[in-house]
Amino acid sequence: MIQVFAFYLFATIVVASAAMVIFARNPVHSVLWLILAFFNAAGLMVLLSAEFVAMLLVIVYVGAVAVLFLFVVMMLDIDFAQLRAGFVSYFPLGGAIAMVLLVELILGIGAWQAGSLNLAQRTAPLPEATPNIEAIGQLLYTRYIFLFEAAGLILLVAMIGAIVLTHRARGGTRPQNIDKQNRRRPEEAVRNVNQPVGQGVDLGGVEL
Amino acid sequence: MIGLAHYLVVSAILFVLGVLGIFINRKNVIVILMAIELILLAVNINLVAFSAFLGDLVGQVFSMFVLTVAAGEAAIGLAILVIYFRARGTIAVDDVNRMKG
Repeated sequence: MIQVFAFYLFATIVVASAAMVIFARNPVHSVLWLILAFFNAAGLMVLLSAEFVAMLLVIVYVGAVAVLFLFVVMMLDIDFAQLRAGFVSYFPLGGAIAMVLLVELILGIGAWQAGSLNLAQRTAPLPEATPNIEAIGQLLYTRYIFLFEAAGLILLVAMIGAIVLTHRARGGTRPQNIDKQNRRRPEEAVRNVNQPVGQGVDLGGVEL
Repeated sequence: MIGLAHYLVVSAILFVLGVLGIFINRKNVIVILMAIELILLAVNINLVAFSAFLGDLVGQVFSMFVLTVAAGEAAIGLAILVIYFRARGTIAVDDVNRMKG
């Protein structure tokens, strides 16, 4: 009973907040609605006893992606009212396409049947007594280890790509040049002078 | 009782909302990226629902990889958005066809 109630609660909130994501006037509100949608989707996954994916959703999406969106939205100085200019004129076409897609999907789900699915042919049957996280770990670090490493590689490439794209060399800063420091020899760094008594020291040509 | 079809309907509605979001916010790239995140979330719910109801763990492992790709895509998309905004001072997607390398 409580499961049915929880499912309808999470499902309603996730759909409503997804609608608010695309209809909200202010993109900052859109991001906040997106966070609510992710939390409730994580709740749905907990109901399916997929705790690991649920926690991953909260950590990765809410903790990283949504915050990234929030940073970018707040960093860019954009006139959002002007960006919504074509909202009304785009709505009929978009709504028609969305309705067609929805009807198709609902028809597909309604017509779908498990058919002659052979449950003995499952690739990785759910272990009975093992907790979800442990079972996923055993699968991920053995059979799917190369896919796992490929995922890590994708993240590395994404990270390097984002840094390369957004990095800019700003003028006026004095960054450390390790190459130049290491190339420096005593002959060019130290100057011996025979200083006459009673005169000031001439600092000409010395880089302070 | 809640069956597989319930979850599939929720994810179908989420997917459609994502597609609708791409169409009605055609000028605002940030909201388009968020709509893509919604679509990928719908895909994830679908994968996890099938995984749970078939008793097969591969769906959950695969949804992890979808999540990885979604995170990378968001990072790269927002980076491109930031440099586009620096160059143009706007993020209206209507003008993106003038990028020309």
